[in-house]
Amino acid sequence: MWEYTDQVMEHFERPRNVGVVARIDGEGQVGSLSCGDALRLTIQVDKAKDIIEDAKFQTFGCASAIASSSALTEMIKGRTVDQALTITNQDIANYLGGLPREKMHCSVMGQEALEAAVANYRGVKPKAVEGQIVCECFGVTDVEIERVIRANRLTTVEEVTQFTKAGGGCGKCQEKLERILTRILHRAAPKAGSGNGQGKGRMTALKRIKLIEDAIVNQIAPALMRDGGDIELVDVDGPEVLVALKGSCASCPSAKRTLADFVTERLRALVDPEIVVREYRPD
Amino acid sequence: MQTIYFDNNATTAVDPEVLEAMLPYFQGHYGNPSSMHHKGGEVATALREARQRLADLLGCEPGEIIYTSCGTESDNTAMWSALRTQPDRRHLVTSRVEHSAIINNAAFLKRLGYQITEVGVDREGRLDMDQLLKSLTPDTALVTLLWANNETGVLFPIEEIAQLCAERGLVFHTDAVQAVGKIPINLKATKIDMLSLAGHKIHAPKGIGALYVRKGLKFAPFMIGGHQEGGRRGGTENVPYIIGLGVAARLAGERLPEENTRVKALRDRLEDGLLKIPYTMVNGHRTQRLPNTTNISFEYIEGESILFHLSHAGICASSGSACTSGSLEPSHVLRAMGVPFTAAHGSIRLSLATTNTEEEVTEALKIFPEVVKKLRDLSPFWKDDGPVVESEMLSCDANNCQICN
Repeated sequence: MWEYTDQVMEHFERPRNVGVVARIDGEGQVGSLSCGDALRLTIQVDKAKDIIEDAKFQTFGCASAIASSSALTEMIKGRTVDQALTITNQDIANYLGGLPREKMHCSVMGQEALEAAVANYRGVKPKAVEGQIVCECFGVTDVEIERVIRANRLTTVEEVTQFTKAGGGCGKCQEKLERILTRILHRAAPKAGSGNGQGKGRMTALKRIKLIEDAIVNQIAPALMRDGGDIELVDVDGPEVLVALKGSCASCPSAKRTLADFVTERLRALVDPEIVVREYRPD
Repeated sequence: MQTIYFDNNATTAVDPEVLEAMLPYFQGHYGNPSSMHHKGGEVATALREARQRLADLLGCEPGEIIYTSCGTESDNTAMWSALRTQPDRRHLVTSRVEHSAIINNAAFLKRLGYQITEVGVDREGRLDMDQLLKSLTPDTALVTLLWANNETGVLFPIEEIAQLCAERGLVFHTDAVQAVGKIPINLKATKIDMLSLAGHKIHAPKGIGALYVRKGLKFAPFMIGGHQEGGRRGGTENVPYIIGLGVAARLAGERLPEENTRVKALRDRLEDGLLKIPYTMVNGHRTQRLPNTTNISFEYIEGESILFHLSHAGICASSGSACTSGSLEPSHVLRAMGVPFTAAHGSIRLSLATTNTEEEVTEALKIFPEVVKKLRDLSPFWKDDGPVVESEMLSCDANNCQICN
């Protein structure tokens, strides 16, 4: 059984904003019945102020798809259109206290539906449909895959499938996904290395600490900075990595989860699967 | 909240009589049956009785039974034995709707250079007998087929197929994990060479299975070790569990008529009641099927969501939807049958047992329509009382996958 958070179950059992808005100013449709999940998002916009007055959804899909849709509508109501567009799939997942990795594509679907609805409202072409289709089973384009890899700092084909569904059908495009990943990782992280860091032979303590530091400085900190936060490496003691959270992270109620989910996951993927992350509190 | 357990094809509750029979073998009767003293001797005697009880259920000789840890081990043992005892044969015949124990072994064998034929099924899940017959060659090392499908309950004509294989000198194995205890089996009247079963589907605990190997069939052990099971499966016997399986086998034999009358009637009443909900359909042949299983699709809603709402109301079931499997495609069984994608994602399997009651069926028939309505009210493919046929999201842009085609 999936381990869903209480927030996911709450939004699944009592979904907010179900239906269609009274006056459809923008509409986004993502997914399909054949693919197993589909979301229709409609928004009503106060055009003078460019504020989303109302947002409603209709979703066919699993518990996390329904919960992600419900969360999305709550997150965008009352915001300006530009503010709403800054919402990432990770924000949707965070709002729900996290999603199982295999279900992250539900949050991506929410973000795509929002982009599509705003594009429809503004009368432009949505970003997600640009580019060449890479995964024919689920109709995912290279532009979309690249965006999700960068936004979520993905490193493996398995993660790309969990986040975009690409590669999860017949599996024929998995080599293409690998090539996209290699290209992006090579550019984004020439120092930390694109693999799991375990490489050939045994890792010395010094090399391991350097890898951890490199991953935090070059990969994890930039990701947190986009949300006004920061992170600093305090100490490395055996499998334990002690970090200090700064900026908006320091007082953020989801800080613990940010640590557990994001930092741990990244450090494990980049350096060592045994790593345990602890928060340093100077008091 | 009362639990209504309709997931007996996944696993069953251990029968209290089974548990009671097992308990003395954890502490009092702890001897090793191979030991030459009275503590070993008393256990060896109990094991003989347990083996006889399982043989009685299957209609075979006790010496034709090899105990294993589970159905998957039985399947692996059968498959690899057939291949290793006939090294010159490089072809395997199976079906497109098998259990993962067989499917994933077949995929592995393919990589090793074996030729694999996966026989298809029709819209109701019945085996394509013409294709099966055409696929049998002198190079075929093994024909392995499910007796009863775990997802739909559909039965293959296993006795007939075993006969056809025997006439051609081919080894035949059946995974009967779901069939044992639900339909009558009398192995000595068939040409079946090997048969797999698992204890936890018939109210014994998880962790015990068995493989029937017809006397005289060439056999190569999967687990190499001591002299246990006549040298065909090394390792000290899992004594309490074998004792438990013996009692479970006796109970299964006694309850077989009830499975095929009372349980079948419960299943039929449940199924008929659920079919009154609009846009529902049964997946699988209505009569060539286990008495306890129904697989129903609720169109335009998704299986995992249905399961969670059911679970919230106390009902345990399972689904062939993509989301429940952890993969992104719906059940391989439903896809092999050609169940349309509008229905595959919303498929629910309900599997009953003698432990279920009329009251539970009545309660479930109250809960289901509410759950289905709740989810259809959320669905972009549903408006008021029917599907939205003009939706642009009915099929995907790519339209090129196994699901759409």
